Amino acid sequence: MENKLNIKEYLDKDEQKDLLRLLTAGSVDDGKSTLIGRLLFDSKKLYEDQLAALERDSKRMGNAGDHIDYALLCDGLKAEREQGITIDVAYRYFSTNNRKFIIADTPGHEQYTRNMITGGSTANLAIILVDARLGIITQTCRHTFLVSLLGIKHVVLAVNKMDLVDFSEERFNEIVAAYMKFVQPLGIPDVTCIPLSALDGDNVVEKSERTPWYKGISLLELLETVSIGNDHNLTDFRFPVQYVLRPNLDFRGFCGKIASGVVRKGDEVMALPSGKKSRIKSIVTYEGELDYAYPPQAVTLTLEDEIDVSRGEMLVHTGNAPVIDRNFEAMLVWMDEEAMDVDKSFFIKHTTHTGRIRIDGIKYKVDVNTMEHLSVENGRLKQEELPLQLNQIARVTLTAAQPFFFDAYQKNKACGSFILIDPITHNTSAVGMIIDRVEAKDMACVMEIPTLNLTAMGIGEEHYRAIEKVVKELGRQGIAVKLER
Amino acid sequence: MEENYKLSHLKELEAESIHIIREVAAEFENPVMLYSIGKDSSVMVRLAEKAFYPGKVPFPLMHIDSKWKFREMIEFRDKYAEEYGWNLIVESNMEAFNAGVGPFTHGSKVHTDLMKTQALLHALDKYKFDAAFGGARRDEEKSRAKERIFSFRDRFHQWDPKNQRPELWDIYNAKIHKGESIRVFPLSNWTELDIWQYIRLEHIPIVPLYFAKERPVVNIDGNLIMADDHRLPEEYRDRIEIKKVRFRTLGCWPLTGAVESEADTIEKIVEEMMTTTKSERTTRVIDFDQDASMEQKKREGYF
Repeated sequence: MENKLNIKEYLDKDEQKDLLRLLTAGSVDDGKSTLIGRLLFDSKKLYEDQLAALERDSKRMGNAGDHIDYALLCDGLKAEREQGITIDVAYRYFSTNNRKFIIADTPGHEQYTRNMITGGSTANLAIILVDARLGIITQTCRHTFLVSLLGIKHVVLAVNKMDLVDFSEERFNEIVAAYMKFVQPLGIPDVTCIPLSALDGDNVVEKSERTPWYKGISLLELLETVSIGNDHNLTDFRFPVQYVLRPNLDFRGFCGKIASGVVRKGDEVMALPSGKKSRIKSIVTYEGELDYAYPPQAVTLTLEDEIDVSRGEMLVHTGNAPVIDRNFEAMLVWMDEEAMDVDKSFFIKHTTHTGRIRIDGIKYKVDVNTMEHLSVENGRLKQEELPLQLNQIARVTLTAAQPFFFDAYQKNKACGSFILIDPITHNTSAVGMIIDRVEAKDMACVMEIPTLNLTAMGIGEEHYRAIEKVVKELGRQGIAVKLER
Repeated sequence: MEENYKLSHLKELEAESIHIIREVAAEFENPVMLYSIGKDSSVMVRLAEKAFYPGKVPFPLMHIDSKWKFREMIEFRDKYAEEYGWNLIVESNMEAFNAGVGPFTHGSKVHTDLMKTQALLHALDKYKFDAAFGGARRDEEKSRAKERIFSFRDRFHQWDPKNQRPELWDIYNAKIHKGESIRVFPLSNWTELDIWQYIRLEHIPIVPLYFAKERPVVNIDGNLIMADDHRLPEEYRDRIEIKKVRFRTLGCWPLTGAVESEADTIEKIVEEMMTTTKSERTTRVIDFDQDASMEQKKREGYF
C-alpha cells in the first residue's frame, strides 16, 4: 500500500515536468547523430530491442569501429541509410527527472538549409556542433546565423571530438575565442561552449575527468537547468481567432491559442480590424473557467457584448495594438525548388489569417556563409539575379491585398512569422520573419484597393446588405474591396 | 494566488494538439477523425472533445474495421461513441472479407494491405474526406519521426517523404487541390509515456485489454496471441495457456502479441512503462514483415 502511494506521488511530480525543444545542427562528420544517440542512451531512452538492432547494424554497416554507431539509430529512412546522410528533420524524444526534451535533428548540408529552418522554428535552444580538429568552419557560421534569424535565445557550441585533440585546453579556448568574435554582433542572449567527446561520453551527461580545466557543467546538466520560462512574450496580448464556437443561442465563444501576453477575466479588449470594444466575460476550457490565460494555452473566450469577430481577426488589449498595415519588410527564406516569381500573387498565412500578397522589392540577399549583404546597389548582384532560389535568404518588402495586424518577429514570434503559399502548386514557397511596416511612399508600387461607390453606380439601398456580405467574404479570402456610399 | 505562466509538458502538448485540431476544423470542408480504439485514439478523441467544448465536435469518427479486431475493442468503441454522442462511421473491405482474407490464411502483409490500407483508401474516397486525423506519434517508429504534422497526400493518398512541405512554427499549410488530402497527426510530439500519464491524469476510458488479467493465449512464433476467437486455426487450439497478460498496443488480434504483466491499474502500467526494456512496437507483427516496412506502408497510404 505504501509502495502504491509512492508511485502516485512520483507520477504527480513527473507529470509537472516542463518541455524543452531543441535543435541540433552540424554535419554527419561532426558526430551529431552520435551525440543524440548518446543522450538517448544515457538517459535510458533506448530500449533493449532497439539496442540489439543497433549492435547488429553497427557491425554490418556502421562507421564507428568497435563502438556502437548511434548514427544508424537516427538515420531512419531507407534512402538515407543507403546514402549515409540525414535528409530531413527527424524528431527524437527523451526525458530526465527534471524535463522532457524534443530534439529536432537536422542535416548540415548546404542544400538542406530549409530543413534546419523547419526544425528550428519552434526550438528554445540550439546545439551547434563543431569538430575540435577543424574549429569554426563556414558551416558553423551558417548554422549560427540561421539560429539567430529564427530568434533562438539559447545556443550551445558543442566542441566535439576533444579526444582527437588530446583534450587540449588551448585548442578549446582558441575555438571559443573565434566563435565569440563571430557570434557577438548577432545578439544571441545566451551562448555556452562545452568541450566534449560524444563517442566516449565526455561532458555529455557527466563531467569528464579528462577535461579538469573545464569549469562549466555537462551538456545534459545545461539542458536540464537552462531557464526558458520567459521565452514567450507575456506583455502584448494577442489572440488570433481560430474558430467561432456557437453551440446554442446563449453561447458565442472565440477559440484560439494565446499567441502572446496574458489575458484576464474582465479585461477590456478590442477586436481587429473592426476596432469594436468589449470585455472578457469568461475564459472557457473543458476543465472549467480560468481567471487568466497565457501562451501557449488553447482556450475559448467569451465577450460581454455581442460583437462580430471571425477567424483571421484578432482580439487585443485596448491600448496595446499591433501594427496594422498593408506594407511591411521581412526576412524571407525561400523554401521552394521553383525560384521566386516576383509577379506572382502568393497566399500569405499569418497567425490564423490567410490573405493575398505581392513581393514589392528585394533590398538585399544575405550570403549565409559570410553574412554579407548582396544587392544591386552595392554591385554584388545583377538585376536578374534578384529573385530568390531555394535556400536563399533576403530582406524584402511585401504588400498585402488588405491591411493585417502584426508585430516584429524579434519582439513577438507568434505574430511576426508567416508563410507564403504558391497559388498554383500550393507548396509552402517561403517563410518570413517580419521586421517592420514600410511607409507607402517607400514602396516601389502601391496597389490601390479597388473602390465601389454604390451611390455613384446607382445601386438601390435594398442591395447594400448583400453587397456588404460579399465584400466581407472576399476579404476573408484575402481580396480587399472598399465600399463607398 | 500567485500567478505563474508555466505549463507542464503535458499541458503544453495538450494545447498544441487542440490548436492543430481546431485549425483543421476551420480550414477543411470535410474532415474525419480516424479512430483505432487504441490508447492513442482515446487521447486524440478526448482532445477533440476539449477543443470544441462546450460545443459538439464538428466532424465524425471513422473506424476502419479489419474484421479481425479484438471483441472487447468493438464493444468499447460502440459504448464510447454512444455515451459521448459521437457520429461514428464504421467501414470494412467486405469484398475481401467475404473472400476469406485473414492473417492466418494470407499472411500479415496481404491482410494489412487489403483489410486496412485498401479499406481506408476506399472509405476516404467514398466520403470525399479532405483531411483525416490519425493518432500516430513520432516516437513510435523511424519513418514517423520524419513526418510532418500536416502530412500531404496526393490523389492516390501516397506520402512522399522527400517532398514534404516545410512546416514552421504553428502555421500549417492547408491548401490542397481537389482529390488531394492531408493526414493530420495532432499527437506527433507525444511519447508513449506522455499518453499513459495523460490517460491517468484525465481519467480517460480505455479498452480493458490494456490492463493485465488472466487470459487465454497461445504462443505463435514468439508472440503471445489471444485465443478467444473461433477463427483461431485448429492447430493452435491444444496449445492454449492461461497467463496474466496485457496488451501494450492493440491491432488485429492475430497480429498483436500480449506481454506478461502484473500491471492491472493505470499507475502500475505507467510504472511498467518507465522501467520497461522493450519498445512497444516489438509486439506488432506488421513492423517486421519486410525491410523498412512502415515507411513502405506509409508511402502506399497506410495510416
